[in-house]
Amino acid sequence: MSTYANKKGFGATIWDYLTTVDHKKIAILYLISGGLFFVIGGLEAMFIRIQLAIPNNDFVSAGFYNEILTMHGTTMIFLAAMPLVFAVMNAVVPLQIGARDVAFPFLNSLGFWLFFFGGVFLNLSWFLGGAPDAGWTSYASLSLHSAGHGVDFYVLGLQISGFGTLMAGINFLVTIINMRAPGMTYMRMPLFTWSTFVVSALILFAFPPLTVGLVLMMFDRMFGANFFDVAAGGNTIIWEHLFWIFGHPEVYILILPAFGIFSEIFATFSRKRLFGYSSMVFATVLIGFLGFMVWAHHMFTTGLGPIANAIFAVATMAIAVPTGIKIFNWIFTMWGGSVKFTVPMLYAVAFIPTFTMGGVTGIMLASAPADYQYHDSYFVVAHFHYVIVGGVVLGLLAGINFYWPKMFGTILNEKLGQITFWTFLIGFHLTFFIQHFLGLMGMPRRVFTFMDNQGLNTGNMISTVGAFLMAFGVLVMVINIIITSVKNEKVGNDPWGDGRTLEWAIPSPPPFYNFKQLPLVRGLDAYWVEKMEGKKEMTPAEPLGDIHMPNSSFLPVTIAFGLFVAAFGALYHMDDKSWTLPIIILGLLITFGSMLIRSIKDDHGYHIHKEDLMDDTDKGGKA
Amino acid sequence: MHADEKFTDATWPASPEKATLEGKNKYLGFWLFLGGETVLFASLFATYLALKDKVPNGEAALAKDLFELPLTFVATMLLLTSSLTSVYAMYHMKNNHFKQMQAWLVITIALGFGFLGLEIYEFNHYVHKFHHTFTSSAFGSAFYTLVGFHGGHVAFGLMWFISLMVRNARRGLNLYNAPKFYIASLYWHFIDVVWVFIFTVVYLMGMVG
Repeated sequence: MSTYANKKGFGATIWDYLTTVDHKKIAILYLISGGLFFVIGGLEAMFIRIQLAIPNNDFVSAGFYNEILTMHGTTMIFLAAMPLVFAVMNAVVPLQIGARDVAFPFLNSLGFWLFFFGGVFLNLSWFLGGAPDAGWTSYASLSLHSAGHGVDFYVLGLQISGFGTLMAGINFLVTIINMRAPGMTYMRMPLFTWSTFVVSALILFAFPPLTVGLVLMMFDRMFGANFFDVAAGGNTIIWEHLFWIFGHPEVYILILPAFGIFSEIFATFSRKRLFGYSSMVFATVLIGFLGFMVWAHHMFTTGLGPIANAIFAVATMAIAVPTGIKIFNWIFTMWGGSVKFTVPMLYAVAFIPTFTMGGVTGIMLASAPADYQYHDSYFVVAHFHYVIVGGVVLGLLAGINFYWPKMFGTILNEKLGQITFWTFLIGFHLTFFIQHFLGLMGMPRRVFTFMDNQGLNTGNMISTVGAFLMAFGVLVMVINIIITSVKNEKVGNDPWGDGRTLEWAIPSPPPFYNFKQLPLVRGLDAYWVEKMEGKKEMTPAEPLGDIHMPNSSFLPVTIAFGLFVAAFGALYHMDDKSWTLPIIILGLLITFGSMLIRSIKDDHGYHIHKEDLMDDTDKGGKA
Repeated sequence: MHADEKFTDATWPASPEKATLEGKNKYLGFWLFLGGETVLFASLFATYLALKDKVPNGEAALAKDLFELPLTFVATMLLLTSSLTSVYAMYHMKNNHFKQMQAWLVITIALGFGFLGLEIYEFNHYVHKFHHTFTSSAFGSAFYTLVGFHGGHVAFGLMWFISLMVRNARRGLNLYNAPKFYIASLYWHFIDVVWVFIFTVVYLMGMVG
């Protein structure tokens, strides 16, 4: 047993979470902090919609509006959607492949703390002289001339959390390649594991260009370099390329896990094998591949020329093909199944038309000549909210409802869940559907107000009302979570009754070693295969033996904290303050010193002995 | 098989770096990390090529004024040789010859420091002779960032080798530290490959045009 596992009390629990390397606890950390940032980003969205509710509004000033809209986008993408995706991945993927943990438990914890400190650093900008105000894309032509330290917070905060994301990506790749249970071949992996696999590869190749872009921006703003300064020979388009070479795969990094979650939900609640499993795998891989070929469709109006625009337009439209395959496969999975409309299934069913609408406007935007009309208008805002909220957020809400029992051992209330679902869905369409038309009528995006008598009043008011409905839905969900946690009614291994994959074969929540004996996987939907043969549990693939577990460690926190400290030094370095250099050095010493300790201190982990496992029958349950 | 178990030459596995699950994970994870690093350097190369010779005025030094082949040739030879000596070190690691491995690593590190010294001399030369600095032009920023990132990797690699050698000096090889030595040498090879591209793209192509 780890030293602190048996101790009770608040302090011990906090210490446990600060030092944990258990993927299930890290999932909870990601869920809590991602949820918190989601609420902050949501509040920023409410500020935007209140400001735009009526013409010539002065609820916020123009400058403050820029900060809010920048932080809304940045927070939602990097600090809410990404960690919530990682929460589900951490909670589910090791269980789905029948592993006892991820390949690098220490790195998993380090990834979380880097994300956390990066996110906190970015949000501290609100209290330290103003948030970034150059949009979430932070185009160099704007951000180089942004006064104050807002953009510096953006650059350094994203840099730190980006390292964490890269580590998580490598970790999941190695986990899925090396740690699958006996019999779990690639083509028997559940679709969510497949999408995690593809997404991790995307992270591995998409985040380094962002790292470079942010480094160049940091050098330009803080250390006097000239990458984007045209007067000194620089070129601002380099930022656009680097940002979008990262930024476009990023949207697939977000949406593919949602596709994976929905694939699990459709199969479970239709009580049918996922239709066209191999074509689903193929489509996921193809989307991941094509995701790297299309970044310049964000830059049609930059002036790359007709040939470049044509190539990127065609590549973009090609992505509709594998996406269409997926849409049809989900519909065919429901066809002829005995469908149960639980809350996760409601989200899944609503997702299909919603996401398809976002896809259709995507094809419209992909037509380069037409894009000159749509560019930088509310049409674009409507499009990407249809795919990101209608795809990613619905996927995450579905996933959180679906996997809540596995993560916490309790099940969220169905009635309240339905209230959240309906208010959120209706609110969403009210908010964003009308924005297509606002955009076509000429309302530009990122504008802090609009004039009266331009035909934009009604549309904007409807949009704001919708936003309040969505906020209400989220509020009900928070209440639901609180009520469920207070009641604390425990559920069994397979609370939905129709679990198909390995995670439903073990207790909810699983014991810290997951599987007492690694399970033998005998087909796709391994647990379902056993169920169909009348068995209640998996067949073990190994005799009961000692289990090797990793040690807890506080070092991930200190490594991440050192970078957090150094970032403050770098940030104020451009003000010619004398204390900045010592702070940079101190922070880096903390980080590299912790890494050195990690390197020279042996960490062999520990073993849970066979005899302890046998005593533990109520906690473990066989694989 | 416990990671800190003692081995004789006869029981030492053929690929000690991959003999444990932890080793296997590290080996694969590090290869993947190098994939990400490749993209990182590709982005830096692209930036450099876009900003090569982009200077604010006619007086600023261009690539063809700056670079001299003899110096970079010597630096290249030092680094390429250090890659070879790290291969010898890994050969002895695989044969459980700890002393020989340490000896070859010492040579590797010495060559690495030689390379780094030349690079520092080179940068110093450009700054003082040509006023080609990090802040003087977009070309300067791109040059020092690309070559400096590589130099930073060399410095990190040297620190890595040194801490591994010092830490394990008295206890020799086992299956816990064999993967650590192995991936450090993988990293060293990667740095070497990047330098081959820098030598070609920055220096050779800089000389001709």
